[in-house]
Amino acid sequence: MDEILLTIDGKEVAANEGMTILEAAQKIGIYIPTLCHHELLEPYGACRLCMVEIENRGRIQYVASCLYPVENNLVVRTRSEKVDKIRKMILELLLAHAPDSRDLKELAEEYGADRNRFDREASFCVHCGLCVRYCAEVKQKFAVGFVDRGTRREISFVPKIAAEECWKCKECFPLCPTEALQAAYVYVQDITAKSPFKLVL
Amino acid sequence: MDNATIDQIIDKHHGEASSLIQILLEIQGQNHWLPKEALERISERLEVPFTRIQHIATFYKAFSLVPKGRHEVHICMGTACHVRGAQRVLETVEDLTGIKPGETDLDLKYSLEIVNCLGCCALGPVMEIDGTVHGNMTPATTRDALKKYE
Amino acid sequence: MALLNSLEELDKLKQELLSRKDPNKPCISICAGAGCIASGAGEVIAAFEAEIKKQGLSARVETKGTGCPGYCQRGPVVVIYPEEICYLQVKPEDVPEIIEETIKGKKIVERLVYIDPDTEEKATLESEIPFYKYQERLNLSNNIKIDPKSLDDYLAIGGYSALAKVLFQMTPEQVIDEIKKSNLRGRGGAGFPAGIKWEGSRNAPETTKYVIVNADEGDPGAFMDRALLEGNPHSILEGLAIGAYAIGAQEGYIYVRQEYPLAVENIGIAIEKATEYGFLGENILGSGFNFKVMVHQGAGAFVCGESTALMTALEGRAGEPRPKYIRSNIRGLWEKPTVLNNVETWANVPMIINKGADWFTQIGTDGSKGTKIFALVGKINNTGLVEVPMGMPIRDIIYKIGGGIPGGKKFKAVQTGGPSGGCLPENLLDLPVGFDELVQAGSMMGSGGMIVMDEDTCMVDVARYFLNFLTDESCGKCVPCREGIRQMLKILTDITEGKGKEGDIELLEEIAEVTGTAALCALGKSAPNPVLSTLKYFREEYEAHIREKRCPALSCKDLIAFYIDPDLCRACMACLRKCPAGAIVGAKKQIHVVEQEKCTKCGTCFEVCRFDAVKKISGEPVPPPLPEEERTLTRKGKE
Ligand SMILES: Cc1cc2nc3c(=O)[nH]c(=O)nc-3n(C[C@H](O)[C@H](O)[C@H](O)COP(=O)(O)O)c2cc1C
Ligand code: SF4
Ligand code: FES
Repeated sequence: MDEILLTIDGKEVAANEGMTILEAAQKIGIYIPTLCHHELLEPYGACRLCMVEIENRGRIQYVASCLYPVENNLVVRTRSEKVDKIRKMILELLLAHAPDSRDLKELAEEYGADRNRFDREASFCVHCGLCVRYCAEVKQKFAVGFVDRGTRREISFVPKIAAEECWKCKECFPLCPTEALQAAYVYVQDITAKSPFKLVL
Repeated sequence: MDNATIDQIIDKHHGEASSLIQILLEIQGQNHWLPKEALERISERLEVPFTRIQHIATFYKAFSLVPKGRHEVHICMGTACHVRGAQRVLETVEDLTGIKPGETDLDLKYSLEIVNCLGCCALGPVMEIDGTVHGNMTPATTRDALKKYE
Repeated sequence: MALLNSLEELDKLKQELLSRKDPNKPCISICAGAGCIASGAGEVIAAFEAEIKKQGLSARVETKGTGCPGYCQRGPVVVIYPEEICYLQVKPEDVPEIIEETIKGKKIVERLVYIDPDTEEKATLESEIPFYKYQERLNLSNNIKIDPKSLDDYLAIGGYSALAKVLFQMTPEQVIDEIKKSNLRGRGGAGFPAGIKWEGSRNAPETTKYVIVNADEGDPGAFMDRALLEGNPHSILEGLAIGAYAIGAQEGYIYVRQEYPLAVENIGIAIEKATEYGFLGENILGSGFNFKVMVHQGAGAFVCGESTALMTALEGRAGEPRPKYIRSNIRGLWEKPTVLNNVETWANVPMIINKGADWFTQIGTDGSKGTKIFALVGKINNTGLVEVPMGMPIRDIIYKIGGGIPGGKKFKAVQTGGPSGGCLPENLLDLPVGFDELVQAGSMMGSGGMIVMDEDTCMVDVARYFLNFLTDESCGKCVPCREGIRQMLKILTDITEGKGKEGDIELLEEIAEVTGTAALCALGKSAPNPVLSTLKYFREEYEAHIREKRCPALSCKDLIAFYIDPDLCRACMACLRKCPAGAIVGAKKQIHVVEQEKCTKCGTCFEVCRFDAVKKISGEPVPPPLPEEERTLTRKGKE
């Protein structure tokens, strides 16, 4: 496999073709914050916390490092004024949903994000998709999925499958950066307990 | 909607998972909504996870998971109608029917939807009831038009 | 119809069609597009058919329900051939007279022709009407000439000759070169050069490739793709087949929104007919080229107009854009090289092949060649579809073609580019329309919506409108889009409701910057544009809302009040009777007063008052009502 040479934060890195910037950075111990990324899962590119600045033939771009494939002569900056600004805003937007999430609070400190910048939102979910993807890609049970779109997008268990599968697995629970998964699960247990044969969409 | 009809529609599309949306559209077209039994049947026959069907059925606007009313009221919220006062038409209808876009009243009389650009911008603001276009609406004419549908 | 197996057979068929056609036979074309149907074209068509039958003229006169010729404002539009007499706003009652006078008597029905509102000059022929005169209708002019359900009609105007030409006289590389030379840029979004996109797919190593027509037309103020699909579906199929030949695809898809049932029907019929004649299918015209086309109906999601989301939807999933940094002409549908172009882009292809890139590049500006169809709508006298050469100043489109703003109102802004675009103010009216020109001004071409706004339109509300549209239409996957739009909408809503505060504008700008840079797909990246462009050109309107709680356009409900000027009120009871909220007190001879607490601000009184006594005010206190004992109307000024 061809070796690719790029620079990340001033350091030369030799990476393999097909690697992402994130992987190349991790290889030399440079930390890039992520939320929706997980080694066992397909890259997803939803949280956009991992945005970095790249320079290629004089052109500056901002890309999601968990997805962007390494290229020869690429110059990557994992921190810059604009990158920090993006991460701070993303954190503030998410803290409106999950103000007590440990992961978010730690990052908020690093980037000076104000957890009260926006009014509290009703749902805890930050839509990282870890539960949905883990259940589909690793466990292949499809017990939990997304519903709706736009600002109404939520996660939702399929009661029938959840009743059969989830109690013995629950492997996705520790992946959730907020309490949203717990809440959705409690909800689905509730409705299956009340009317075990009724599916609620 | 019975399983035989559903199977027929699925067979027409050769039971291919990629035709999922087309199959759902056809069922929606015939039945005016998607009962959960139908979705489960499709999930089984196409071997598609139910989560995916659930996502599709809620993602696309054409689908409804609840029965529709006798009269389908569509208010055009296209840009042209908006600048000509579509909001007032919508508010009038909401007032009169007591329902919001996406809802159906308890008597199953009206279902209200907002739509984007019906292509009759010359007549904006436009309201469509059961496929008939009513043009140049004001709160007063909206009231009169709605009264004609029982 | 037997399959055409060679070029000779095609030529023979065309000869036959032409010889069968009597150029002097009267033909009545009636627009059956959505706008005209809504204005009653269906009844007019039925009336013509009945009258012709009644008079026993069926053999001598042809009638056609056609696609939209664009002049929706004056629909139903009827054009009578061979003279090309154009009648506007035709009603079923007019039909017997038209048959009697024009068809039999070869005379004009004067009251149905176009009359210029300023000069009172009459225009009998389509080409003389100002709305059409300044246009260059390369694509749209055919709509009124053909029955979209008839392949013979399309052949009679030279259809499928471009496909025949590429199959027998050009190599795929030559086709790509010609398209590259023409500098045809995509008509659906960002204006990417079609030839370069095609070349990328052509050169990709895989053997399975696809071509797709993007007919999702999600821009909530645009309907030109619909007019082409409904009115001239074969031109799109022909373009698509040429593209398929050029890149080496054997399968194509038409992704058309299910909200356009007539387009779905007509394109379906067109595919069937074209397959029957041998313009699609195996061994097309005996050339050895195979190409088949499928229709996929979009189930209602604006984001599915985005190229990668569209492909995800075609694969039968929820239409989320793909996060990968790889172009879909290299890895698209089912991971195969895929060329996706807009309806109008494809429709231009046969013309370029027939007339040559050199002809095409004569039209337009340096950067933007050819024509563009716009949906000219909003506060404009002549609503409709207009096709103009690139480079025409926006002012000419609005005033010469569009006939200006109705009701003597003042122009305020024109919005182009749909939810991804922006609003341009008066001082940019001389901007020539073109891809790069519009982007530089902070808007974009988009698919061609052109919404005219007058002094009554609130620009903060326009921004709010688009963001509201997008909160519903974003796929909701990535944070900057879903959450950024959610927060921007909240702020904009607050401002329009009089709850805006200092710092709101800066916060909007900050969110806009992050959403615009960090979102996953172009929907999110362009979502801030309506906010940024209105802030750029109409910042003072935002400030008036925030600081003075005043809506300069007198449009934001929470910031306006209606009150009746006691000096002008004639106590006629008109508003009192009509007010749905019962908020007006008064009686005969008793000056009317709006009870502010009850008023829902629907504006009905404002509309019905014949004496201009109802006033709309904003940012100032409502004058106190006259004391009750002073309300009795005493005749003033009349004696
Ligand atoms: C949110 C969004 C919606 C879009 N909607 C449409 C559409 O309805 N029709 C269309 O032709 N292009 C649409 N586009 C542009 C397409 O992504 C794509 O660029 C275009 O279809 C390519 O064809 P063209 O090069 O011929 O313009 C949209 C883009 C975005 C980001
Ligand atoms: S930018 Fe918006 S529409 Fe595009 S992927 Fe992100 S959430 Fe979806
Ligand atoms: S980790 Fe890259 S987008 Fe979430």
